[in-house]
Amino acid sequence: MSVHMQFMLLFSRQGKLRLQKWYVPLSDKEKKKITRELVQTVLARKPKMCSFLEWRDLKIVYKRYASLYFCCAIEDQDNELITLEIIHRYVELLDKYFGSVCELDIIFNFEKAYFILDEFLLGGEVQETSKKNVLKAIEQADLLQEEAETPRSVLEEIGLT
Amino acid sequence: MRGLAVFISDIRNCKSKEAEIKRINKELANIRSKFKGDKALDGYSKKKYVCKLLFIFLLGHDIDFGHMEAVNLLSSNRYTEKQIGYLFISVLVNSNSELIRLINNAIKNDLASRNPIFMGLALHCIANVGSREMAEAFAGEIPKILVAGDTMDSVKQSAALCLLRLYRTSPDLVPMGDWTSRVVHLLNDQHLGVVTAATSLITTLAQKNPEEFKTSVSLAVSRLSRIVTSASTDLQDYTYYFVPAPWLSVKLLRLLQCYPPPDPAVRGRLTECLETILNKAQEPPKSKKVQHSNAKNAVLFEAISLIIHHDSEPNLLVRACNQLGQFLQHRETNLRYLALESMCTLASSEFSHEAVKTHIETVINALKTERDVSVRQRAVDLLYAMCDRSNAQQIVAEMLNYLETADYSIREEIVLKVAILAEKYAVDYTWDDVQGYAAKTVFEALQAPACHENLVKVGGYILGEFGNLIAGDPRSSPLIQFNLLHSKFHLCSVPTRALLLSTYIKFVNLFPEIKTTIQDVLRSDSQLKNADVELQQRAVEYLRLSTIASTDILATVLEEMPPFPERESSILAKLKKKKGPSTVTDLEEIKKERSSDMNGSAEPTPVNASNVSTPSPSADLLGLGAVPLTNSAPAPSSSGSLLVDVFSDSSSVAAPLAPGSEDNFASSSDLASSEVVSEEPADAVHDADELIHKFICKNNGVLFENQLLQIGLKSEFRQNLGRMFIFYGNKTSTQFLNFTPTTKPVDPIVDGGAQVQQVVNIECISDFMDAPILNIQFRYGGTLQNLSVKLPITLNKFFQPTEMSSQDFFQRWKQLSSPKQEVQNIFKAKHPMDTEITKAKIIGFGSALLEEVDPNPANFVGAGIIHTKTIQIGCLLRLEPNLQAQMYRLTLRTSKEAVSQRLCELLSEQF
Repeated sequence: MSVHMQFMLLFSRQGKLRLQKWYVPLSDKEKKKITRELVQTVLARKPKMCSFLEWRDLKIVYKRYASLYFCCAIEDQDNELITLEIIHRYVELLDKYFGSVCELDIIFNFEKAYFILDEFLLGGEVQETSKKNVLKAIEQADLLQEEAETPRSVLEEIGLT
Repeated sequence: MRGLAVFISDIRNCKSKEAEIKRINKELANIRSKFKGDKALDGYSKKKYVCKLLFIFLLGHDIDFGHMEAVNLLSSNRYTEKQIGYLFISVLVNSNSELIRLINNAIKNDLASRNPIFMGLALHCIANVGSREMAEAFAGEIPKILVAGDTMDSVKQSAALCLLRLYRTSPDLVPMGDWTSRVVHLLNDQHLGVVTAATSLITTLAQKNPEEFKTSVSLAVSRLSRIVTSASTDLQDYTYYFVPAPWLSVKLLRLLQCYPPPDPAVRGRLTECLETILNKAQEPPKSKKVQHSNAKNAVLFEAISLIIHHDSEPNLLVRACNQLGQFLQHRETNLRYLALESMCTLASSEFSHEAVKTHIETVINALKTERDVSVRQRAVDLLYAMCDRSNAQQIVAEMLNYLETADYSIREEIVLKVAILAEKYAVDYTWDDVQGYAAKTVFEALQAPACHENLVKVGGYILGEFGNLIAGDPRSSPLIQFNLLHSKFHLCSVPTRALLLSTYIKFVNLFPEIKTTIQDVLRSDSQLKNADVELQQRAVEYLRLSTIASTDILATVLEEMPPFPERESSILAKLKKKKGPSTVTDLEEIKKERSSDMNGSAEPTPVNASNVSTPSPSADLLGLGAVPLTNSAPAPSSSGSLLVDVFSDSSSVAAPLAPGSEDNFASSSDLASSEVVSEEPADAVHDADELIHKFICKNNGVLFENQLLQIGLKSEFRQNLGRMFIFYGNKTSTQFLNFTPTTKPVDPIVDGGAQVQQVVNIECISDFMDAPILNIQFRYGGTLQNLSVKLPITLNKFFQPTEMSSQDFFQRWKQLSSPKQEVQNIFKAKHPMDTEITKAKIIGFGSALLEEVDPNPANFVGAGIIHTKTIQIGCLLRLEPNLQAQMYRLTLRTSKEAVSQRLCELLSEQF
C-alpha cells in the first residue's frame, strides 16, 4: 500500500528481545506471537544466507551485528536494500552516541535507544538521515537532563528511603 | 537513574526464570506501594518508577498500573520527566478513554508551548500511538504546524510524519485543503531532512488523491535530478558512503510511481535521471564498503521499479533487464535475490517478457546451485513468471527435476506450479488420446479390491462417457466394465449410486448388447422401490427411457457431454480446500444455496404476497421449472446436472445458461450499455436506488411495489451474459390497459389480479456505472401511469469467482498498486458485524472468498473476474473489519479505475 516499516525488533543470539518498535496497531498477543516466530526463523538461518526473506505477506530484512540481530518488517513493494542501510545507520547512531556500542549499553539505557530511534524513524518512515542532526537533538535533550538532575543520596537512589 | 540500573543488574543476575519473576514481583509491589503511599512522590521518583515499569513490560510481563503516574509526568516542566512519560505512553497506551483525554490534553499544551523540543515530543507521541481519538483531536491542528512559516525544521519533519500516521489510521479525519499545495512545495525546501519527511507524506496522500498532488511530479523530478547530478560531497551529511541522499532518492522514485509517465518536458529530465542512475551502476565503486554498494543499488532497484511501472521506454526497459541480468551472477547473495525478484515483474510486463527469457539458463542454474532456500524460491517464481508456450517444456522439466531434492517447505508449491503450467501450456495431446488413456487408467484403478468412493464417481463418469474407447479390448468388454462398476454400487452413498445409475443408462446407449442386463438391474426391487426418492426416480425414468426410446432418440439424449466451459483451475481450488477443509465446506453450502436459489428451487416467491388481490399460481410464477435449460446430460428431476456429482466444487456450473431461442427470449437488448433512456426520470427512480442495493448480493425478489403494481424479479448471470425474468403483478381488481414496459412489448392488457411475465436477455458490453432504467406506462381507470425503475443490473453480476493461493493473491495485489487501480472506503457498519453473514455477502457479491490468504484471520479477501464482451477485468478485494470501532475498511484493486470505484461503492453498501 505504501512504503513503510511495520516493526523493528532487536534481539540477542540467545533470542532475548532487546528492543521492539511497532509502527502498526497490533494486540500484545499478536506482538508476542510475531516476535516468537520471527526470532526463531531468523536465528535458524545460516550466516552466509541472504538478508531478506518472505514472511507471511511481509518482507523481513535483518542483519547481525556482534551478538545482536536487527530485524525489520517491511511491505511488499518496499526497498530491501535501503532498509538494510536503515539498520546500519541506526547502528552507527547508537555507536556514535554510546561510543562503541555493545548489547549492554542497549540493555541499561534502553530508553535512550528508543529516543534515538524516534529521532531517526517516525511512524515507520525515515525522518532524518543526517547523523549530525539526529545526535544534535539527543545531545540537546541530555543537556537539559543534566541541568534538571540534582544529586541524591545513594540510599534514596536505590529506593530505600 | 541509579535505582533503575541497580534493578536491571539484579534482573540480569537472576539465575533462573523463577528468580527473575520473584525479583520482578517484589519490585512491582514496591512501586505499587510508592504510588499508593501518602507521601507525594517527586517528579524524579515518579520518572524512575515509571521507567522500571517500562523495563518490566519490555521483558515481556504485563503491566496494569502506573498509567496515571506516566500521564502526570507529561505535564512536568522537566524535559526528562516529560520524555519518560511520553515513552511510557507510546509503548503501553491502551484505549482507556479517560486516560486518552488526559493524554490529549497534555499533548495539546505541549503543541501550543512553542517550545520546539516539547512540540517534538508531543508529535512523536501522536505518531507512535496514532489512535483514532488522537486523530480526532489533532488531525486539524497538525497541518497548520506543518506549513506555518515559523515552524522549526525538526518540528516540520515530525509534523509531516505524524500527519502521515494519522492519515493511515483515519484518512477520513484528515481533510485535504489549502495546506496540501504548501506541503507539495516542501519538496523544494532547503533542508533535506524536511524534504525526506515531506516526500513520505506526499507519496501516501498522492496514492489516494492523485489529482490534488499532481504538481509534486515535476518538483520531485527536479529534486531528484539535482541529487543524482551532485558531486558526492555536495550534500554533506546527507551523503551516505559516497552516495548522495540515497533515502531521499528512493522516496522520490517511489513518489513518481504513483503517477503515469509525466509530460514530455518533465519526462525528458526524468529519463536523464534514470539513465544517470543506470550509468552509475556501471562505474567502478567509490568504496569497497558494502554500505556503498547497498545504497547505490537501493536507488538503482527503485529506478528500475519506476521504469517497469512506466513500461513505456523500450530503451530503459532493455537496459534495466540487462542490469538485472548482471546481478543474477553477482557474488552478493542479496543482489542475486533481488535481481530474481525484480525480474519477475519484468517478466509479467509484456514488453520485456522476451528479454527476461534470455536469462533462462542462469535462472535454472540458480535453482540448482543456490544454497539459500529463499533464493531458490525466487528462482522458481521467476521460472514460473517467464514460462510461455515456447519454453514450457524445458521449465516444467527443470522444475520436476528440482522437485526431487527440493526443500519440503516449497515442494507443494512447485507441484502446483508444474500442474498449472501443464494445464496452461500442454498442447500435444489429442482429446482422444487423453480420453482413452483416462478410461483405461480408471478401469485399471477400479480393479483394486477396495477403492475410494471418489474413484468410483470419477470412474463412473469417465466410463459412462468414454467406456466405448476401451471396449474393443476383451479384458474391458462392456459387460466387464458394467460388472466392475456395479460391484461397487452397494457400498456407495446415495449421490454416488445416483451417478452410477446415470452411467448405466449411458451404457444402454453405448453398448446395446448389454441393454437387457442393465434393464434387469434397473427393474429390480432394490432400485424401482428404493426408499430414496432420487434413486427410485432415476431407476423408473431410465428404465422407461431405455424401453420406449428409439436408438436415435437415445443417442441424442445421451450424447457425449460437451467440453467443460473455462472456469477456475480445479488445482487451485484443491489447494484452497486442502488448507481449510472445514471452512470451505461451510462456504460450499452457501454457494450451493446460492446456486440452487438461482435454479429456482423451493423458495417462497415474493409475488405471493397477501396483498395480491386475486390468488395467482405464484409458485409457478417464479419457479423457473418451465424454462428450457439446455443440458445434454439426461436431466434427472432434481439435483442438477451430473457435473455436480463429479466435481462437487463447481456447483456454479450446475446450470449452464441456455442460449436463448428467439421464440422465448428477447433479442439481446444491450441493457447493460444503458441505452434505455428515460425521458423524464420519475421520482421512483430514486426510491429504487435502495432497492437496487438489496439486489447486489442476490438475484431474486420484489423490485418495486405500490398500491397498483408489483414487480418481481428472478435473474441469473453467467460471465458477461444474464437473463432476467420480470413479473408484473396487477394488484388491483381493474384491468391495466396499454401496458407497455420499455424493455419489450407484452400483452397490453393485464387483468386485475393477474401477472405478466417477460424475459430479458442481458449482455455486458463494457463496464458501467448506471443501472439500466425500466420505464412502464399503462392506463389504470382512465389515468395514464408512468413509472421508472432501475433494474438491479450491477457490475458485480458479471463476476466469476477465482480461487488463488496467498502468494498469487499478493503477487497480483502488488501488480495492481498504482493509485488509479486501488479504491478504498472506510465506513461505519450498518449491520451487526457477523463473520458468517459477511462471508455469505462476499460470495453473494460474486467474488470467491479466499481463506487463509490474509495474515490477519479477521480480514476477508476475495478475487474474481468481471466479464464484459470486450475485456475481462481481474478484481481483488480486501475487507478489514474493526469490531471495536464498528468500522470497515474496504479496498478494491482492479486494472481499471472505474471498476474499482464502482465495485467498492456497491459492496460498501452491504455491510
